[in-house]
Amino acid sequence: MPDFDSGSLAWMIMASALVLFMTPGLAFFYGGLVRAKNVVSTMMYSFAAMALMPVIWVLWGYSLAFGEGNAFIGDFSYFLLDGINMTSPEAGSEVMFVIFQGMFAIITPALITGAFVERFKFSTYLIFITLWVTLVYAPVCHWVWGGGWISQGVFGDQGALDFAGGTVVHLNAGAAALVAAYMVGKRRGGAAGTIVAHNVPYVILGASILWFGWFGFNAGSELAADGIAANAFLTTNTAAAMAALTWLVISGLHTGKMSAVGAATGAVAGLVAITPACGWVDVGGALMIGLSASIVCYSCALLMEKSGVDDALVVFGVHGIGGAWGALMTGVFASEAIGGVKGLIEGNGTIVLEQLVGIVATFLYSGIATFIILKILDVIPGLGLQEPEKVEMSGLDVNVHGERGYVSDGAD
Amino acid sequence: MIKIEAIIKPEKANALGLALEEAGVGGYFLSNVSGKGNQKGVEVTTVRGTTKITRSSVPKTIITTVVDDSQKQKVLEILLDNAKTGEGEIGDGKIFITKIEEAIRVRTSESGKEAL
Repeated sequence: MPDFDSGSLAWMIMASALVLFMTPGLAFFYGGLVRAKNVVSTMMYSFAAMALMPVIWVLWGYSLAFGEGNAFIGDFSYFLLDGINMTSPEAGSEVMFVIFQGMFAIITPALITGAFVERFKFSTYLIFITLWVTLVYAPVCHWVWGGGWISQGVFGDQGALDFAGGTVVHLNAGAAALVAAYMVGKRRGGAAGTIVAHNVPYVILGASILWFGWFGFNAGSELAADGIAANAFLTTNTAAAMAALTWLVISGLHTGKMSAVGAATGAVAGLVAITPACGWVDVGGALMIGLSASIVCYSCALLMEKSGVDDALVVFGVHGIGGAWGALMTGVFASEAIGGVKGLIEGNGTIVLEQLVGIVATFLYSGIATFIILKILDVIPGLGLQEPEKVEMSGLDVNVHGERGYVSDGAD
Repeated sequence: MIKIEAIIKPEKANALGLALEEAGVGGYFLSNVSGKGNQKGVEVTTVRGTTKITRSSVPKTIITTVVDDSQKQKVLEILLDNAKTGEGEIGDGKIFITKIEEAIRVRTSESGKEAL
């Protein structure tokens, strides 16, 4: 449990608010990328996570992630935050940690939604993310940040490095996204790679809000207002810029057009990849991570279009592969001068192995657990995963939510 | 020459457009409109999640094409095949046909059938 001085506490209050703001940013990013008939539905997947996750977090989510428990999962000792110091003058640190971590539990399930937008049944979705955050997010969070087995190290004392959630948040969500896209099934009336974004300004707005909020996510993960936080801010901004630039140039060379959606996607890929690394690498490492993340994610996006799995908004490509790549590069570029841990370049090969363990374990656990959860939800009568064809074809907005994103009656 | 205007459900527009292209119909345009037919609006919507209302006009798409008289039957078949939802459904739309006096291609000044 961190011990915040007043300066750090002030920063963590702001950082938590910044992380919360990423989720509506994601709503705009995803909302712009889908067709107009599904914009409300797509944004509601994210907004509903803001409505549901904070409730679960104070009930049992925090306890399962950060309760002492065992190496695999926490326990129910902090159920309803029982036992968390709430009222004394020194309470700030503990409560602040609960708040900050709770914001991560909102955005992570929301990230998955990009894989199954335009077709996933909303009522099933609410149950899905409840189960997912309980059975997948909380354990993985416990492994890496809650004193679980990954943080303890497999080959040495130094466990896998994940400064702000490259594996816990992004790889975890990305692996779930791949499985979910496969399980829910393809969209009817349009294939991946042929559906164009209905609102590019929304995409740019959303990516910009994500970039902005990511400073809270990454620099806030230092849990203090200090030099490492400042370094994390700098590496985050640098990698995002480098990745946006790289994707822009690649798309220009490959298609002849420098895509705006591409630049926005590149920025997100860079932000994802720098997430595990931001407090461990210097600015040179950040440039390399940004550059390489866009090349890797761009290739993956191309492959996914041919894969037959309708990961609609390339969540696996950007968050899964981007998160895994970032985690691996953290082991390569970690600098002793920054975070006190040497990476491969400074001669410490063991840390790369630790990173690989974290990557493989998270990917397998998240993928398999997500598969089981969705399989069960699929066979429960009255639930099911994919909306009926009629609902999907005329759009989820009007059928599921009884609202349209854009009303143009010509009359009032 | 005739102008065929079909008011259809928006979700039918893509498949219909593809079918027309396959049949070699030169061109068409789509307009997104809203309005009502004899059923007076069938869309149930909610106001702030508190009140259910039925909206008096719903989104529709008009697909418009001008073809030679000889293509009339073929185009109508494609329209009916692709715009019909199935049994028990309402709101599939209507087709209107009007005679066209003249057509001119701007680039070449060709007129009549050659301009289509």
